[in-house]
Amino acid sequence: MTDAKREAWITGIGIVSSLGEGPEAHWQALSDGKPVYDATTFAPCIVHPLAHVDFDKQIPKKGDQRQMEQWQRIGTYAAGLALDSAKVKGDKDILARTHMIVAAGGGERDSAVDCAILDGLPKAPDHDLFLNERLMGDLRPTLFLAQLSNLLAGNISIVHGVVGSSRTFMGEEAAGIDATRIALARINAGQSDIALVGAAHNGERRDQLMLYECGHYNLKNDYRPVWDREPGGFAIASMGAFLVLESREHAEKRGATPIAKLAAVASDRCARRQPGEIKASLEKLWGKVGSAVSPATGAIISGACGAEPGTSEEKAFLAAHADFPARATGSLIGHGFEPQFIINIAFAALAVQHGRLFAPCAGAAIEKASDGVLDKTLVTGVGHWRGEGLALVEAVR
Amino acid sequence: MTQMRDKLGRPVVVVTGMGVVTSLGVGKAENWQKLLAGQSGIRAIKRFPTSNLKTRIAGCIDFIPVSPFSAPALEERLGELAVEEAIAESGLGRKGYFPGPMFLAVAPIEIDWPQREELAKASGVDGSITYDDLIRAAGSGDFRAFHNRFMFGSVAESLADKFGTQGSPISLSTACASGASSIQLGIEAIRRGETDAALCAATEGSVNPESLIRFSLLSAISTQNDPPEGASKPFSKNRDGFVMAEGAGALVLESYEAAKARGAKILGVMSGCGENADSFHRTRSSPDGKPIIGCMHAAIADAGLSPDEIDYVNAHGTSTPENDKMECGALTAVMGDRVTQVPVSSNKSMIGHTLSAAGAVESVFTLLTLEGQRIPPTINYAMPDPVIPLDVVPNFARDATMRHALSNSFGFGGQNVSLVMSREPG
Repeated sequence: MTDAKREAWITGIGIVSSLGEGPEAHWQALSDGKPVYDATTFAPCIVHPLAHVDFDKQIPKKGDQRQMEQWQRIGTYAAGLALDSAKVKGDKDILARTHMIVAAGGGERDSAVDCAILDGLPKAPDHDLFLNERLMGDLRPTLFLAQLSNLLAGNISIVHGVVGSSRTFMGEEAAGIDATRIALARINAGQSDIALVGAAHNGERRDQLMLYECGHYNLKNDYRPVWDREPGGFAIASMGAFLVLESREHAEKRGATPIAKLAAVASDRCARRQPGEIKASLEKLWGKVGSAVSPATGAIISGACGAEPGTSEEKAFLAAHADFPARATGSLIGHGFEPQFIINIAFAALAVQHGRLFAPCAGAAIEKASDGVLDKTLVTGVGHWRGEGLALVEAVR
Repeated sequence: MTQMRDKLGRPVVVVTGMGVVTSLGVGKAENWQKLLAGQSGIRAIKRFPTSNLKTRIAGCIDFIPVSPFSAPALEERLGELAVEEAIAESGLGRKGYFPGPMFLAVAPIEIDWPQREELAKASGVDGSITYDDLIRAAGSGDFRAFHNRFMFGSVAESLADKFGTQGSPISLSTACASGASSIQLGIEAIRRGETDAALCAATEGSVNPESLIRFSLLSAISTQNDPPEGASKPFSKNRDGFVMAEGAGALVLESYEAAKARGAKILGVMSGCGENADSFHRTRSSPDGKPIIGCMHAAIADAGLSPDEIDYVNAHGTSTPENDKMECGALTAVMGDRVTQVPVSSNKSMIGHTLSAAGAVESVFTLLTLEGQRIPPTINYAMPDPVIPLDVVPNFARDATMRHALSNSFGFGGQNVSLVMSREPG
């Protein structure tokens, strides 16, 4: 059964970010090349906020929305868009066989509760008993479910009826890369016919900014494109990205239109102890996925986020492949961790579907203009701390 | 060599190494001996004061030192111990090199109160603190260790680094089914022919005030604190919730062909896996039991077996009123009239619910059950529930002839996985 590798098509795309909602709005915004960010609400941190979204359109029950935290709403919404795009929404027979892999972090904490407890703890007569008492009294019982990593997938099952299977990968950027890799491998090998793979992130969260500030990762004060952020930093972002992946046979049988073919996804991990390890890891992936792509009809969409040393090493990697035009979309949409690689695969799919690359995202030399016909697009993913990935998206003509 | 492939032509996947840590102790030998003796690892919590909490018991692992202490640090250490034992038994690879990928089930990770308090202290703010103050404090000091420790991928990263597994390690969560999902991912990778070996591990170390209170607020955990050993009573009429517990399990999976070729001892066969998600509710399963019935059917079919060939069920058996009733109903639907004759026991009666680790820990015990042809009991079974007419192997271990066993894991969020394990053929 694993002899012949089955082709996998992207037949549905659901994306939402600071640039808007859906393929058309994103294609337009990518062509305009203007970032959307907020430098005041979380000042001095720069954040790319979610564009206005009417959650009712994909999550009709208010009760469901109330049971979710924002990251789950973003993800459930984007998943719904993807199912609509693939024209499988509400198709119980197909959804019962649809395998789902979600890459997820966790949900937002209740800031008011946390801060009130932090205020009280130093003065409490008994520190530990005070903590117990306040947590028992102040935590909303359902908040836990809104925070749990696997409950984004759980909500997608409940709201959209995707029940073939449900797996949640964790681990920041690498989770998004490996979710896509495994979903594709299962289709290639005949272990599934149709899959929903995706992720969501809410960047408009102070607890999240605090965690990344511990690592000194946040971009602060002035916005700059990712290639120009010495000494480095990412602008945290809200976004959701889901893809419907389908074996070619399954798609053809139900008359689905392919957006693009997902030809390959590979991932790697290096411990990043020595300078150059990340570049070497990307070159290794290039050998597996990218070496046969011609620069005449190819391009690279980079997942560079601005964090160091990853972004500098990726820059060196791209310089070694300078015959390919490159675009770092993180300059426009910011960095969303788990969904970053997946939204870039969606952008790559749109680019090969249009047969051309969009405008440079920033005025960096690496992002040279391109007006050739585009057939294949590579997508890089370099985690801010760990994880490297490379995907190949091809046109279906 | 047709036996190297299953009925569907896929590589047969076997287990060649196993490791386990629970509240009963470290290692297979100690755990197995105590399980057969019907001992419980559930105790009063000593890690933090509990006098004002409804639940004051858990299966804490306090006999393994971890410093500085945090849930991911404990999970990393427990995972290390289980993986070390599994790799040593398999004899595969060498120190710092394992020739396959790692799939790790781990609890979701987040910064905890001690770190939050340290940041609050560093902020210098006295009263009316805000998250902006905490962000400022985080940026002005050196708290990089907090970032690295509280990444969701941090436990897998450390284990991949230490044991030298190949490629990107996958951290995963399907709630209480996570451990079984890690095994399923390993089975699938070997069946795809991507690798000859996979390291499947699962670890849980989250008995801390906030996690305990979160489960308590959902009314999911037992409040029968006295005696602690009696609280987890799966399938009993007076069951009132699960008991949180810590632990880790690890299994080295290999293709039968590769394992045989290198002369490895075969501990058992991972013959089938099945999954099915539930769209009914965030914490409750479909009243008709369809998803968990489908999940068990899928696993049995994947193993190329019929329900009549299942000789033992290692139940999810959490000791919550709902799970045990639903699981019994689903087993009845799958097994038919035979259901009352097939032994069904719950390890959780002794080790509590090891949550993210449960699927892997209980797979290790299921394989030991097949290997030893002896079934560990469901302890604390004093008050049978008339609506659950199962043979739960009450209170005392028992010998049995078994070839195939089914292990169930059902999670919050409707994520269900069943595994079928078998003795080596021939």
